[in-house]
Amino acid sequence: MIGRVTLRRPPISPAVVVLGGLIVLGLVVALIRYASGLGAISNLNDNTGWGLWISFDLLCGVALASGAFITASIVYLFGGERYRPLLRPAILTGFLGYLMVILALLVDLGRPERIWYLLIFWNHHSVMFEVGWCVMLYTFVLALEFSPLVFERFGLEAPRRLIHALIIPLAIAGATLSTLHQSSLGSLYVILPDQLDKIWHTPLLPLMFWLTAVAVGPAMVILESTISSRVFRRGLELDLLGGLARVIPFVLAAYIAVKIGDLAGSGELSLLTEWNLESGLWWLEIMGFVFLPMVLFSLPAVRQSSAWLMFSAFLVVSEVILSRFAVGLIAIGRPEFAASYVPHPLEFAVTIGIVSAGVAAFGLVARYLPLFVEHAPSPAAE
Amino acid sequence: MAKAILFDAFRCTGCRGCQVACKQWNDLPAEATHNTGSYQNPPRVSADTWLVMQFREVENGDGVAWAFGRHACMHCLHPACVSACPVGALYKTDEGPVLYHDDRCIGCRYCMLACPFEIPTFQWDKGLFEGPEIKKCTFCIDRLSAGMEPACVQTCPSGALMFGERDELIDVAEARIREHPERYVDHVYGKDEAGGTSVLYISPVPFEELGLPQLGSAPIQEDAEDIMTKATPAVLVGMLVGLGGIYWLVKRRQEMMGKNGGSGREGDREASS
Repeated sequence: MIGRVTLRRPPISPAVVVLGGLIVLGLVVALIRYASGLGAISNLNDNTGWGLWISFDLLCGVALASGAFITASIVYLFGGERYRPLLRPAILTGFLGYLMVILALLVDLGRPERIWYLLIFWNHHSVMFEVGWCVMLYTFVLALEFSPLVFERFGLEAPRRLIHALIIPLAIAGATLSTLHQSSLGSLYVILPDQLDKIWHTPLLPLMFWLTAVAVGPAMVILESTISSRVFRRGLELDLLGGLARVIPFVLAAYIAVKIGDLAGSGELSLLTEWNLESGLWWLEIMGFVFLPMVLFSLPAVRQSSAWLMFSAFLVVSEVILSRFAVGLIAIGRPEFAASYVPHPLEFAVTIGIVSAGVAAFGLVARYLPLFVEHAPSPAAE
Repeated sequence: MAKAILFDAFRCTGCRGCQVACKQWNDLPAEATHNTGSYQNPPRVSADTWLVMQFREVENGDGVAWAFGRHACMHCLHPACVSACPVGALYKTDEGPVLYHDDRCIGCRYCMLACPFEIPTFQWDKGLFEGPEIKKCTFCIDRLSAGMEPACVQTCPSGALMFGERDELIDVAEARIREHPERYVDHVYGKDEAGGTSVLYISPVPFEELGLPQLGSAPIQEDAEDIMTKATPAVLVGMLVGLGGIYWLVKRRQEMMGKNGGSGREGDREASS
């Protein structure tokens, strides 16, 4: 069976070689870290205990994986049956996204072999406790939502029907768990009232993180669909993507309202007129990465053009990356004696290795499992 | 009852006896450091140095004077690190010390982020098999349980450090300020800061000059704990009920449209509605 599958297309291409090399490099760096400690491969230190991996792999990674719960909610709960062709790739992107987050945590955690302690030692006051539980449970939900692809591929009818029967509770659980931990990633930083810059610190961080995660979900589906349609030379569901994009301006408008309302409410709007790194980032985020895509996605011409859709989606993704880095790394005050933290090249190697593994896994699933419904290959297993 | 340490920056001579006594009692190795242009060495607390005396140059009326600050765990009454730890590896004892279960810690380092005093530190050079831990001052819990004072207090030659009941030390501190208002800023740092700490300071210079953050009297984790204990359960129930309700409404509408001769599948609804 495996032989028949591999005959379809030779799997060795330059892209495969590059991805494989990056994965091996990341793996080697991880092994050095396990042998000699985090200090051996990172610039993390007692002043900056959380660096690139938390800001990018965890904060951005989880937010950018939100397309799965948004699409599943639209299809299963909100009556958006016509968006079903987008569902499987969105679920897969989300599932792989969470697996990548967990891989990064297994490098970043000091005692990765104890990650399961979250299950047995509880401190329900800790935001990290909520993040840990929700990420674990939601990854399990995503695995179940993804499993029908495997069952179909191998003709396993009984488990496929079981998942089908459970799909509505799964979608509700997925959206609930996502809301909880997408927001609580922001709550992690509520405990820093005196260290995080006033422009960026607010008890509304959880709401802001959740809103931007909701906005970036459709944007990621647009990016993933457009890119995969080119890579795998399949049709593009432009009308569906345009329809999905209509939700984005509403969410971004709500986000702007919350951002400005929060600063106005605490009487801190004047901070925005003092020019410094923190206020500059705020203006860049709001004008370039929130207001601009909000306008663009409201234009029918944009929603009918794959290039414009992609550009606008890219802006929303940039918004998430900028805001997560601002809160997670840039706007946090350090003690005066602290040397500023710049990620070590090997920290990037780990992140790039993990992202490469995700891309490779997407490619493998696209090739061997019925991922794109309209191009579902005839079940070779039968 | 709750024990505490009073640090009187006016009486401190900057001899660093406390720093050395801490290393000796806790068997901590020396650190390789380099000259940073200050007597302060090493520059901050680390896994191998749990107490650092800070040497700060402060301008007063007729020139520059030393001000000595103490950088070590404050053993907060409402510790942010304890609130932040997802597995309860850090805990507060009734006697005062904030302690650490090394066999529970998963190494997430959220305590390091949460602490307003930048105290918990991590063993960056230990790999998987050596098992890195969070390190910080233990209030000499091993000495306290044997009825002794913390090593830093016992060694202090100038009486800048005092160990005792927290209430009594607050009285001592306030009495010193009353007796010599010309020596001290009129405030006991740690009496109320972040909900109160078990290390109290009185100082001849503003406390920021000693490297202490300006904090309100509420524990800094208050908002985060409200989010966890009040908002989170509400969002959890609200989402389950709300999403279930939306699903039920949409399905009912589709069924009714099906009865009225529709396709039974409401394919053209927009995602945004």
